[in-house]
Amino acid sequence: MGEGTRSPLPKGGVKGRERNKHMNDVSIIGIGQTEVKEMWSTSIRHLAWYAIEAALDDAHVSQVDALFVGNMAAGQLSNQMHLGALVADFAGLRGIEAVTVEAADASGGAALRQAVLAVKSGLVETALVVGVEKMTDQVGSSVTAVLSSTLDADYEAIHGLTVAGMGALLMRRYMHEYGIGVEEFAHFSVNAHANGADNPLAMFRNRIKAERFGSAPPVATPVNLFDAAPSGDGAAAVIVTSHERAQDMVSQPIRIAGSALATDTLALHDRKNMLHLRAAELSAQKAMAAAGVSHDDIDLFELHDSFTVMAALSLEAAGFAAAGEGWQLARDGAIGRNGRIPISTFGGLKARGNPGGATGMYQIVEVARQLRGQAGDNQIPDAKIGMAQNLGGSGATAVTHILSNR
Amino acid sequence: MEVSRHWRLQEQRYKLVGETCDSCGVKLFPPRDVCLECKAPAYALYTFTGLGELYSFTTIYDAPAGFEHSAPYTVALVKLEEGPIVTAQLTDMDESELSIGMPLEMVTRKLRTDGDEGMIVYGYKFRPIFSQQVAN
Repeated sequence: MGEGTRSPLPKGGVKGRERNKHMNDVSIIGIGQTEVKEMWSTSIRHLAWYAIEAALDDAHVSQVDALFVGNMAAGQLSNQMHLGALVADFAGLRGIEAVTVEAADASGGAALRQAVLAVKSGLVETALVVGVEKMTDQVGSSVTAVLSSTLDADYEAIHGLTVAGMGALLMRRYMHEYGIGVEEFAHFSVNAHANGADNPLAMFRNRIKAERFGSAPPVATPVNLFDAAPSGDGAAAVIVTSHERAQDMVSQPIRIAGSALATDTLALHDRKNMLHLRAAELSAQKAMAAAGVSHDDIDLFELHDSFTVMAALSLEAAGFAAAGEGWQLARDGAIGRNGRIPISTFGGLKARGNPGGATGMYQIVEVARQLRGQAGDNQIPDAKIGMAQNLGGSGATAVTHILSNR
Repeated sequence: MEVSRHWRLQEQRYKLVGETCDSCGVKLFPPRDVCLECKAPAYALYTFTGLGELYSFTTIYDAPAGFEHSAPYTVALVKLEEGPIVTAQLTDMDESELSIGMPLEMVTRKLRTDGDEGMIVYGYKFRPIFSQQVAN
């Protein structure tokens, strides 16, 4: 960006210059995903394989050099750790470098971040990233307890706090500080479900009405069933390589223009201002600076709407709204597919579903589909640049990626 | 199960023992050895008064394993008078009477059990100031 006319044109004219400018970037050459739902007959290794098979087919490649598996809790949910080796073996990729990356429900985004680092370093030519979570090997309070282990075990979870409770503490405080009611959050869920209704892979395809939002059964007051994203099984995968190679391999490489991961205190109570998602802000700023884009350049934003308040706080942290005003974007229709900053374009966590460590990879696959113009009924017209932000829990980990179709 | 994990936190769970930063003097709970504010070493122990005010709260209906029999129960963020915010359950109160900013005091209660034959974990909870409740 900003090279202007001072730079002499390299060989190949304008096209050559474009090519050279992004030569060291990393690009997506293949994407794959499964439905998000309760898949009682499907194991975690099969889930991962289905997404990987789709991504390999999409990229027309059969071999990669490294595998990064984003997973949150297979050790507890399925008594299965060591997913790097398991998935590499099961996918017929025995011998390659393969590890698991864990950062609660930011595991998927964090795994992609590791792949970007690996390819950008030059040590890995082609990397496969799969986010996978098998939520339904356990049910009910056992799953809730596993999810709670992503909080501070000694000072949060021991007091019975849950992930939904964490969202609720934020939401109550947000309502108190900004003087708004529960009903003001409804528009996030209405939007997510409207988009999910058009996504055949979404966990929930029903539309919901704003006026019914407040009457849903409580999960952790004021968070209710229409507010909290549902847990489901799912896997999503991408294949990345250098932008230079990608241009020769596929017709529509999706370039990762910005990639950044930041952290905040694990426990909510340790934050000076918990309504300011500092890690989300940091990672968004770093990714946008790397990509050389401003807010006006971003055509869609796949954010981490695990709870409606998290959607509001993410919009604020990423700079799309001032503190305390994120909810107004939902009220004013700015987050819709024809709005100023479309979010959750395939349903988001709320309607597509939240398959834990796979969620961040669904966001990436969905943004890539938008930028390829392959989003079907969910297409954002003429989308060129998309942002995905994957949060771990209350945003203790935040991973932001900015994708571009040029 | 997990006996040592809870045993080693007894000073925190029963007495709210945190730390004071040697450098900037800020009070820390939970203790974290590296100051949250200035990153200097913070090893000097400090016992909190246990007085604070309600910062946020939620009543949890979807409870994790180990807490099902308590549900619904209320978890709060309590801003201690020395500054830090602590996560704890509220007890001896009626949820409808809760309001952000109301004064609270620490008490010791059962936090969770591990089945009929398992360990019982005790620790801090908070309640509306008892002397004020009696006066009312």
